[in-house]
Amino acid sequence: MNDQIDPTTESALAGLREPAPVGLAHATLVAVGLADDYAVLHSPVGPLRVAWNGRGVSAVEEAPDDGVFEARFYARTGRVARRRDALPADLARKIERRLAGRHNRIDLDLRGSTAFERAVWMKALEIPRGEVRPYGWIAREIGRPKAVRAVGTALGQNPVPLIVPCHRVVRSDGMIGQYSLGGPRNKRTILAGEGADPDELETLARAGIRYFGSDTTHIYCLPTCHDARRVTERHLVRFSSAGAASAAGYRPCKHCRPTVATAVA
Amino acid sequence: MMVELDPATDDARLAARLASDLDSSFESLVVAHQDRLFTIAFRTGGDRHDAEELVQDCFVRAYRALATYPPTRIRELRLRGWLTTILLNAGRNRARVKRVPTTELTFEPGAEPAVDPLTRRDERETWARLLAGLTSAQRTAVVLRHVDGMSYAEIAEATGRPEGTVKAHVHRGLAALRTALLAAERREREEIPA
Repeated sequence: MNDQIDPTTESALAGLREPAPVGLAHATLVAVGLADDYAVLHSPVGPLRVAWNGRGVSAVEEAPDDGVFEARFYARTGRVARRRDALPADLARKIERRLAGRHNRIDLDLRGSTAFERAVWMKALEIPRGEVRPYGWIAREIGRPKAVRAVGTALGQNPVPLIVPCHRVVRSDGMIGQYSLGGPRNKRTILAGEGADPDELETLARAGIRYFGSDTTHIYCLPTCHDARRVTERHLVRFSSAGAASAAGYRPCKHCRPTVATAVA
Repeated sequence: MMVELDPATDDARLAARLASDLDSSFESLVVAHQDRLFTIAFRTGGDRHDAEELVQDCFVRAYRALATYPPTRIRELRLRGWLTTILLNAGRNRARVKRVPTTELTFEPGAEPAVDPLTRRDERETWARLLAGLTSAQRTAVVLRHVDGMSYAEIAEATGRPEGTVKAHVHRGLAALRTALLAAERREREEIPA
C-alpha cells in the first residue's frame, strides 16, 4: 500500500503511541463488576471495610487489616479488591443516609447468592429502623415457614450487613441472638443506636412477653412495632402468644404482621 | 514497550475465549487493547483524562454487548475494528453530550515559543500538536492508519466510511502535517537572530 509517507513522518507518528495509564485496566474491570475497590468506613461498631464495583456494594466486613479482608474477599467472590483512600462521595452519602433510617436506593452486588438468600435479605430490608423481627417472621413472610434455621444461616451469610439490616432480626424467643458482623455485642450496639433497646427486649423475652396490644384498638403487635410504641402504658396489654391475643379478641397489626411469627415461634 | 505479535491471530484466539467464558477472559481483552485504544482516544481527542474515561466507557460498552451476543457471533468478531468502532462512537456521543468540539486543541501557529520542532526535547509533543491541527476526520484517519497501524480496509469498516474516502483523509492529513511542519520550521528560522 503506497501512502507516500516519508520515513521521518512515519516513525514520528508511530512514536505517538501512548501506554494506557496505570490503573485503567483495574478501573475498567471494577466498572463491569469483574474486580472491586474497597475503603474503610467508620461506623458505630468501628472501622469496616466496604467493597463496591459497577454493579453495587459487594461487601461490608469487619476485618483486622487489608490483607485479611482481601484474602477473604477473594475466597468468597474470586475477584481482586483494591484498597482506595475513600468511598465514592455519593456512595458514602447513601450509606450514611441508609444507616440513619432512610429507605434510599443502594445498588447491591449479590452475585453468588441463592434465590432463598436474596429473598431473606430483601425481606430484612423491609424492617424499619428501631424495630426487630424474629427469624420465624422472615421465614413466614417469604413463604418458607419451616425454614427458620435456614433463614438464620442466610442472614449469617449476608455479605453487606448494616446496609441489609440483618441486625434487626432476632431469635424467635425474643433474645437478641448471633451476629455476623463482629459478634452479638455489635448487634446490641447497632440496635441501641437505632432506638431498639436490646436489654429491654431481652427483659420482655425472659418474662415471656411476645406481643403488645392496645385495649382501645384491640390490635396486637410485635413489641418494637411503631404502632405498639405509641400505645400509652394505661392502654397497653401484654400477651405471651398470638393465641392468647386472639382469644382476648385482638386482631394482628397489619404493619408488623405479628401472626406469621407465631406459627413458628 | 508495545510488543507487536500477530494482532489478528491473537484477536481470533481472544474472541474464541470470550465466546466460551466472557467473565474469565475479559481482562485479557482489556490488557490486549487498552494501550492502542488509549492512544487513539488521546491522539484524536487531546486530553488525557477524557481519553482515560473514554477508553473505560468503550470497554464497558463492549462488555455489555458481549454479554448479550451468542457465542457464534463473538467468535466471528474482528476485535480490533469492533472495539475501535465502539470507541469512536462513544467519543462522538460524549462530544455531543459535553458540547465540546472534538477539535478542542487546534494548532495555533505562533502560540508556542519558537523552538526548532525537530530538536525539541520532546519531539512527540510537536507532532501531537501538528496532529491536533488537522480536521477531525483527517486526524482520526491518520491516527488509525499511522499511529495505530490499522489497514485501510479495517479503518473503512470501523468508521463506516468508504475506503477511498479514508485514503483521501489520510492523504490530505499527511499533506497538511507536512505543510504545518514546514511552516513551523520556517517561522523558527525567521525568529532566530542572525
